[in-house]
Order: sequence, then C-alpha cells, then structure tokens
Amino acid sequence: MGCCKEAPALSAEVDRQLDEVVGKHKDQPGALLEILHEVQRIFGYLSDDVLIAVSKKLGIRTSEAYGVATFYSLLSTKPKGKNIIRVCVSGPCHVMGSDTILQSIEDELQIGVGETTSDGLFTLETTSCLGVCSDAPAMMINDKVYGNLTKEKVRMILRSYAEVKEASVS
Amino acid sequence: MSAVQLKPEPEVALATVTIDGQKVTVEEGTTILEAAKRVGITIPTLCYHPDLPPQGICRVCVVEIEGSFLLQAACTYPVRDGMVVKTNSPLVREARRMAVELMLARGDHNCPTCSRNQKCELQKLAESLGIRENRFEVVRVPQPKDTSSPSIVRDPEKCILCRRCVAVCQEVQTAGVLFPTGRGVHTEIAPPLGRDLAEVACVNCGQCILACPVGAIYEKDDTDKVWEALADPTKHVIVQTAPAVRVSLGEELGMPTGSITTGKLVSALRRMGFDKVFDTDFTADLTIIEEGHELLHRLKTGGTLPMVTSCSPGWIKFIEHNFPELLDHLSTCKSPQQMFGALAKTYYAKKTGIDPKDIFSVSIMPCTAKKFECTREEMRASEYQDVDVVLTTRELGRMIREMGLDFPSLPDSEYDDPFGISTGAGVIFGATGGVMEAALRTVYEVVTGKELPSLDFHPVRGLEGIKEAEVDLDGTKVKVAVAHGLSNARALMERVKKGDSGYHFIEVMCCPGGCIGGGGQPIPTTLETRRKRVESIYQADKELPLRKSHDNPAIKKLYEDFLKEPLGEMSHELLHTHYVRRPLV
Amino acid sequence: MTSSAQIEKRIVLRNYGKIDPNSIDDYVKAGGYSALKRAVTQMQPAEIIKTVKDSGLRGRGGAGFPTGLKWEFAAKAQGSPKYIICNADEGEPGTYKDRLILEGDPHSVIEGMAIAARAIGASKGFFYIRGEYVKPIEMVKKAIEQARAAGFLGKRIAGSDFEFDIEVRSGAGAYVCGEETALMESIEGKRGESRVKPPYPTDEGLWGKPTVINNVETLANIAPIIENGAEWFRAIGTPKCTGTKVFTLSGDVVNKGAFEVPMGTTLRTLVFELGGGIPNGKEFLMAQVGGSAGGCLPASLLDVRLDLESLREVDGSLGSGALLIVDDSRSVLDVVRSCMKFFEHESCGKCTLCREGTARLARLVDKIAEGQANTEDLKLLERLSRIMERTCLCGLGQAAPKPILTTLKYFKDEYLIRVSDQATPKGA
Repeated sequence: MGCCKEAPALSAEVDRQLDEVVGKHKDQPGALLEILHEVQRIFGYLSDDVLIAVSKKLGIRTSEAYGVATFYSLLSTKPKGKNIIRVCVSGPCHVMGSDTILQSIEDELQIGVGETTSDGLFTLETTSCLGVCSDAPAMMINDKVYGNLTKEKVRMILRSYAEVKEASVS
Repeated sequence: MSAVQLKPEPEVALATVTIDGQKVTVEEGTTILEAAKRVGITIPTLCYHPDLPPQGICRVCVVEIEGSFLLQAACTYPVRDGMVVKTNSPLVREARRMAVELMLARGDHNCPTCSRNQKCELQKLAESLGIRENRFEVVRVPQPKDTSSPSIVRDPEKCILCRRCVAVCQEVQTAGVLFPTGRGVHTEIAPPLGRDLAEVACVNCGQCILACPVGAIYEKDDTDKVWEALADPTKHVIVQTAPAVRVSLGEELGMPTGSITTGKLVSALRRMGFDKVFDTDFTADLTIIEEGHELLHRLKTGGTLPMVTSCSPGWIKFIEHNFPELLDHLSTCKSPQQMFGALAKTYYAKKTGIDPKDIFSVSIMPCTAKKFECTREEMRASEYQDVDVVLTTRELGRMIREMGLDFPSLPDSEYDDPFGISTGAGVIFGATGGVMEAALRTVYEVVTGKELPSLDFHPVRGLEGIKEAEVDLDGTKVKVAVAHGLSNARALMERVKKGDSGYHFIEVMCCPGGCIGGGGQPIPTTLETRRKRVESIYQADKELPLRKSHDNPAIKKLYEDFLKEPLGEMSHELLHTHYVRRPLV
Repeated sequence: MTSSAQIEKRIVLRNYGKIDPNSIDDYVKAGGYSALKRAVTQMQPAEIIKTVKDSGLRGRGGAGFPTGLKWEFAAKAQGSPKYIICNADEGEPGTYKDRLILEGDPHSVIEGMAIAARAIGASKGFFYIRGEYVKPIEMVKKAIEQARAAGFLGKRIAGSDFEFDIEVRSGAGAYVCGEETALMESIEGKRGESRVKPPYPTDEGLWGKPTVINNVETLANIAPIIENGAEWFRAIGTPKCTGTKVFTLSGDVVNKGAFEVPMGTTLRTLVFELGGGIPNGKEFLMAQVGGSAGGCLPASLLDVRLDLESLREVDGSLGSGALLIVDDSRSVLDVVRSCMKFFEHESCGKCTLCREGTARLARLVDKIAEGQANTEDLKLLERLSRIMERTCLCGLGQAAPKPILTTLKYFKDEYLIRVSDQATPKGA
C-alpha cells in the first residue's frame, strides 16, 4: 500500500507531439505557459497524463504544472466541448444586457455555465472583458469574437456552429 | 523615549528608524519585524516562520509607515533611514483583526476538536488580538479530509493558505507535492491532479506538519489502536523508543527544550501498561554492525559506492521516487525500527515462548514516515507485520496527558532485557551525522584493530546542510559526506549521479537536523529547538558508559545465540531489505 | 459645439486607420522608426531618459508613475541582463485602447520598446499580451518579424552596435497578470500571483533582473516624444499630467468608441461632445472612470477634468481610461455588484485581505442589493473597503473597493434605502 499510481504510458504519437512542443520552446526560459497553451490546442484540455509527461520533459514537478494549469481561466484540466462559448460578464457588457444573452444561450443549449452539451458540441463559460466594449454585449466562441449580441443573433450564431457539425457528419 | 543603540559593524550601512516612538539603529535592509524585535516589540505574524523566507501574504503583520497610504507587511518590508513606523495604531489594529476575522470566517475552525487545540497560532492570534466576535458570517464549503496516507492527514477546511507547508515541501524538502492549486477563494494547497497524498511522491516526512500554524495537516492518530492493545489481555504488548524521543518528549509535556528524559520515558510506558519496554538504540547498534560490515564488504569487493545509509524512511521513499536509478547505492540494512520489529517477532518470540501472533509491537518515533515504513510489504520478516503501530512523540505525549501522568515528576527506570542495552553510538542516530559517527567508531576499530584516539568526529556534527570528512583507515582514505533535509540530499545525489562525487559513504537524514527534527516531534520545531535537541543527544552519548556499537554486550550475545555473523544468512533474512522504483508525480 | 476633430489630439492613435498595420513600409513612410534611428545613432541613453523625463510622460496603465524616472532607476540598477516588458495584458473591463493600438499600429509600440531598451541597456524585451487577444497576438508577432527583417530589431539596429529583440508571450486568462509583478511571474511560467514590493521591478524584476514594465499606450508615446521633443509633449495636457489619453466609451452613450484627447479634458466633453450624450432620451446617472476598479462619478462631477490629480481629488482614478456610462434607468448597485463579482473571480488568492475580502465585498453588496442587509452589514462593507484599499498586497485588492467607496460617497442613498427596514428596495 501507499505506493502511488503508475502513470499509464502515453501513446507514442502523443509523446512525439509533446516532444515537439516542448522541443520548440527548449531554449525559452519560463515557457511553461506557452507550452500548456499549445498542448491544450492539440488535445483540447490538459489531462493528468499530459501534465505528468510535460512536467517530466521540462524537469519540473507535476505539482507546479498543475498549479499553473488551474490558475488560468483559459487553461482547463477537464475535457470540454468542441466549441467553447465565453460570454463577457464585465461591467460594460453587464450594463448592456449580458445576463439576457447568457440566459438565452442557456435556454438554447439547455446547459448552465460551466457545463457541456450532451453532444459535446458546446461548453458554456463566462469571461471577463474581451475588449470589445463598444460592441457590448459580446461573447467569444473559440477564437472568434461576436459583438452587439441580441437573443436572435445569438441563436443564429449557435446554429451556424451546430450546422457545421451536421454538414461534416453528412 | 529610549534609544537602543547596537554596535555597528564598520562597513555596513545603517538605518535609524523610529518604531512606536522607540529609536533603533539597525543594518539597512533589516525588516521592520526584526527591527521591532530589537526594541522589544513583537509584531504578530502568521505566514511568517523563522526558518522560511518571509512572504508577506497573510497581512497580519501589517504596520503603518509615516508618509505612506498603504500599510506594509513588517516581515518583508525593509527599513530605511529615518523611517517612522507605527505597529499599534487604530488602523493597524483594525487591519490585523480584519485579516484574522476573515481567516476565521472561512472553513472549520472548531478549536476543541482540532489536533492543534491550544497549540494553534491562529487561535493564539485571535486571543491576543482580542477577537471576541466575528463580524463575518462563517462560510463552510465541506471538503473531505485526505486520510489516504498512513502518516499524514490533510484537512483542507482548516487551511488558511499561509503557504508555509508549500515552502517546506517544495524548497526545504524538494518533495514537490504540496502546491497552490486553483485561484482566488478557490485556492487550495494540495497535491497535484486532485490526487490524495498516498497517490503522489509524498515522502511522509511530516515537515509540513511542523510548518503548519493551524490544524490543517497533522499526523494520522494511532493512539486508539495502542490503547486497545494495552487493554487486551491476550496481547503481549512491547514497545521500542527511538533515540530522538528521549530528548523531546519532555518538551512535549511542558519541560524545557532539550530535556533528557530517558528514565521517565521508560517509567511512563511501564505505567501505561506495556509488557516490555525496549530501546531502539539497541537495534541502532545492530544497524551499525551490519551496515559497517556492508561498507567494508563493498570497499573490499568493488561493490556500488558510495554506499548511502538507509535508516530514514522518508529518505528511502524520496530516493525511490526521485532517483530510482541510484537505489543500488542504498545500504540494504533495514532501519533500527524494522530490525527491532523483525527480531521481536522471531528471536524474542522464540526466546520467551510467546506466539508472534500475540505480540503487539509498538514503536515510539520522532517520525511520521515510520508509520508508512512499518506498513511496507518488505517489512514482514516474521510473516506478520513486524511493527504493528508507530506512534509519534506527539501522540505519546497526548496519551500520557490523557492518562494524567505527571511526567516531569516520574522516577527514572531502566529498559527491559534483552533489547534494553545500548551504547552512545545508538543514541546519536537521532542527530544528523550520528549514524556516520557511530559507523566510523566501529569501522575504524574493525579495520585498524586500534582504539580510536577520540570518539568525537566533529566534522560530521552540526547543522550545516552538507558535511564532509575524510577518515584514514590505516592507509585507506575513506571519504564521507552527511546530508540532512532532502534538498541537501538531492544536491548530494545529483553529484553521485554524475559519478564524480568521490565519496565512499554517505549518511542521509530526511529531516533537517536529523530525527530530532522529525515530523513527529513537538511543535514548534524550529532551527533553535533542533539545535538544543542535538546538543542533548550528544550529551546523552557522553554520559553513557559504552559509546561504540561493537562494545554492546547484548549485541555480541545476539550474534552468538541467533544471528551468528554480520551479513550472514539470518541477517540477510531478517535485517536486510530491498527497495522499489516509484513514479514521480 | 466644438467638432470632435478639434477636441481630439492623436499621438498614440496617430496612424490608426491611416496606415495598413500589417505593412512596416506604411509605418516607415508615415515617419516610423526614425525616432529609433535617432535614439541609437545620435542619442546617448542618458539623453533619451532625460527627454522622456522632461516630457512629463507618466505610465498609462493606471498608476501614473513617471516613465522617465522608471527608466532611470532601471538604467542605474545593478544587474544584467536587463529587460523591458510591454504590458499588453489589457483586462480592465471597458478598456480596449491597447487592442486598438496593437491592431492599428503595432510598430509604434515595438519602436517605443526598442527606444526604452536602448535607454535602460536591455537587449531583450517581452510583449505580454492577454490570451483572449488572438488577433493582436498574431499581428504583433508578424510586426516583430517585419521589424527584424528591416533591421529595427536584432543585431546592429539601424547600423549601430545596439542589439535588441522581442519575444511575445501570451496570458491565459488572468486579469491580475496586468499587475506588473504578477505579469513577471506569468512570463516566468508561474502562477500569476503578485509579489511583495520592494524589491521593485526596476531593481529585481524578471528573473530577479532590473526590469521596466510599460503599458502599450505609454510605449506608443515614446517615438513621437523623441521625434518632437519634450517641450512639444509638455504643451499638451495639464502641467502635471502631460500629453494625451485614450478614453474608451462604453455603456449608455451614443458614440461608443475610443477617443484620444489631451489630459485634463472634462468628463462632460467626453460624454456629451465626443460621446454624443445619452441615448433613448435617458439621463446621465454616473460614469465609472478607469474600469472595474474605477470610481463611480455622479452628474455633479461631469466637469471634473480627466487627469491623475483631478480624479484623485474626487476619490476617483484615471485607471486605464475606461468610461462606462450608465443612464438613470439602471441601478447603481447593480453596476457595483457586477464589479465585485469580477474581483472575486480575478483575485489571485495569495493574500488574505484580497482573497477573502473580495469575496466578502461581493456577498455584502449582494445582500444589500437584495434588501437583506442591516446597518451593521453596511458598516462592515465600508470598513472592509477602507482596510482593503490600504492593506491588500497589490493593486488589484487595493483598487477593488473603489466602486463601493465612491458610490458610498456619491450615491449613499442607494445603500441606505436598501438596508434595515427604512424603505422597500427600489426596483427589487
């Protein structure tokens, strides 16, 4: 008893991808954050195995990598949906009605903040200011920013993402 | 106004500051906290620990500085010449109280049932700051305790996020387990990946317990198991006491730091109902015989060198996680606790005719890692768990208090035979450098056949992180090193890994100062208390008639009757062990 | 009524909308990089520092520390290498001036950084851009490559022996990283938690080396100051607060957007002339100046001048230059609640007062807004705010109570009518 869990071996392909990312930053001091960004872009989130492997390759402790990964809102240690919706709830968007926008997304997708739709297509989150306050209320889906939102507009935008999925399926 | 003038060193820039109307001249860069101490003002602190880098994060030690709108943390803020500081203004008092009230208003701060009741820094602060009511509503987010480890319990609901344990775990011990996770009010000091302590590279050293100002992290309490065994008439309950406990139990029970209480300890255990009271020092002597011969064997036969000591279970788990490629360097000798455990349920059982299944073997240790060690699969030489329960110094202290024994006034008594005779060499196992010194006393005489001119090997004594010495064994120069605290051990192992350390023999003790600074020792354990306990250990050594392990008559008899020869077949079976590679998470 | 063109004074937005931001040639044609050339070939570092000091330029990130003085500290500090960091972690709600500058004229910031590097003796710079700014990150990376190819970054800049290069690092969603010490922790690959000061970054900053951290807008001012001289710059703005400031108008205002005006322009000018007033026939209720950590100013203070000193006099702060305009159909406390929720979410959690304090402020304001609070709660809210602004470890916690303190000052009734049983809550 008392022995810790052995990390399951990562597939050779995953290991190669991690080596590539870490190798790219090997002469960059303090590149942990950049590496976690890139690794998350590849795998969608920072799984335990990935964090263990990255720590080992960087020669740091997993506790440090995990501490960093859980500090920043844009990093996630839990799996997320294909599309991440981030609704701005900062002052200007709040004043311009972000609550209504958030509500309409919740109604449309039948999920609450922090949840993922059952088909894995969307994860709903809130975010601090996106810096597009003249177009409040605003939200971001993945890397794309949408402003001047209304209930109707939100519905259309969400459906466009859902359709992309359907199109690719058929 | 009184002026306190300190003798200035010629080249150092000095700053004269006024603290609460008292002028004091100190070296520039001294913190306000230190400067205030010089004029007799103790500014309350919480995240500050005398042996750790100051952090300035709990905001309890904030003070007012004339001309500054912001209050500053006295533990980190350096004085400037001409600075005027107020440590007791209405604003300062309100800020301090606010900080403490805020801490008390989150989580579980129910003092009577807390492991640190009456020994809690937060509790003391609340008392001394006169907090009689909390203006904030208590918020509790129930979080389960982590009881996965056989050594350490973590209670996140009691944690006030002072991060002293983080500094110890990451910097002092480099175990690298405890670290802040999450952000803001969701911050938690925890092992990585949401795992329990038993699932990561925690070495069970318990230094985090000593660092914790509150009851957020504490030893797994095994006292009930012992009470139960003592009350069971079918059990033959024996106990062994580690070298370091005799110089610290008194402290736990209200006596001055460093009090040597060997005789009282034996009396107390007997009064508690133990059938036999033995001394781990006896098997410390045995360890020296076995380990000394192992070293000589390696030197002669070209075995793996440097050989590294193996009596510190925190150190063993550390090397298993962090340097699995160096496991061959470890001596195969079990620790004195486990040598005792193995002999108790074999040799002693046979000798007394008691069925080993009826023997309940308890050990009193300065150590939390020993609780883990006794549960290791390898530690069942008798086919039973060789040592059933390990109690720390603190747990024994609690049992003695619960029983109502007036410890300081107990008479002295002697250990029982046959495991009661020991030497000063066994005693010094409790301090950093002690195993090395004990080994050298024996190895020198075995190799040279000559009496040592002086028994005291001063170069391996003291609290310097890494110590080195060279011993001339009749022309053969043996280079030795001693490390205590795992960051020092890590540094030494990095050199061993490179292959050019040049050492033959290395002693590693997991905890700073050695076992006297173990994670099961009385709180507070600081550099200062460690130093006093070390002094007492060497004092106890000096006072003993026998000071060399190979002079121990009981050891000689043990070999004659039972073990036959060092490193022999019986030794191999009972006294030696092997190690496992563990993953690093 | 004056036209916008007469009120506006464009220095940092000089090229915005006029040049192709993706073209270094456009920037050079507009006079770009000539200041850098002059700084490396004709000026000594001390002379650059003196010019910036004389210009009176103060940091545009919020604290308003004199830029030239900061450079001088770093230039004189022992330690090598030295670093210059551009703080583009623009997370202050309601602020997007840095994004506009980076998207509209990235070379102006790169040029400013290179001049700063020359002044303090740095050979390496970091551009720390918040992770949400996907487009600016790409544009800045591209601009750096162009500058390198054109010989404005790298070895032998403008034919001199001055060497300097810039690396882009992106944030990952943490407002606190806009605080300079947290930002450095983040660049070092750590949790973005603020450090205690001293030591100050100019002595012991990034990796313990002397470091200057300047805001995007601050750096965009550098090349024009070198080109046109300190006197030219001093003539703009107020005597203590020289130059211009970019304000970003959002909320209940007709013309939302960014306006660069001389320091000291009044709030009224911004809201009613440049901003075109309040839409939908509503009345002005308040303006939150400087972002979520900014003060909430009532209509009676519309004539306050927007500069560091004037705003401080009314317990406000210039902050990042965000102007959130709120009309009279809304509740003051609703805005304050939103701010407090924000700070609770963004506190790094390192120091007790901010970690616990921001959460308590949020709860107390909720309680008051919901009509569940008594006068003791209100008193506690005020005391906690007062203690936090003086006791928290970094600027985040120190500034977090500002919306509460200013609304307690200017809109006290909004609180009083909701506590105890003095009145039924308005609009509840």
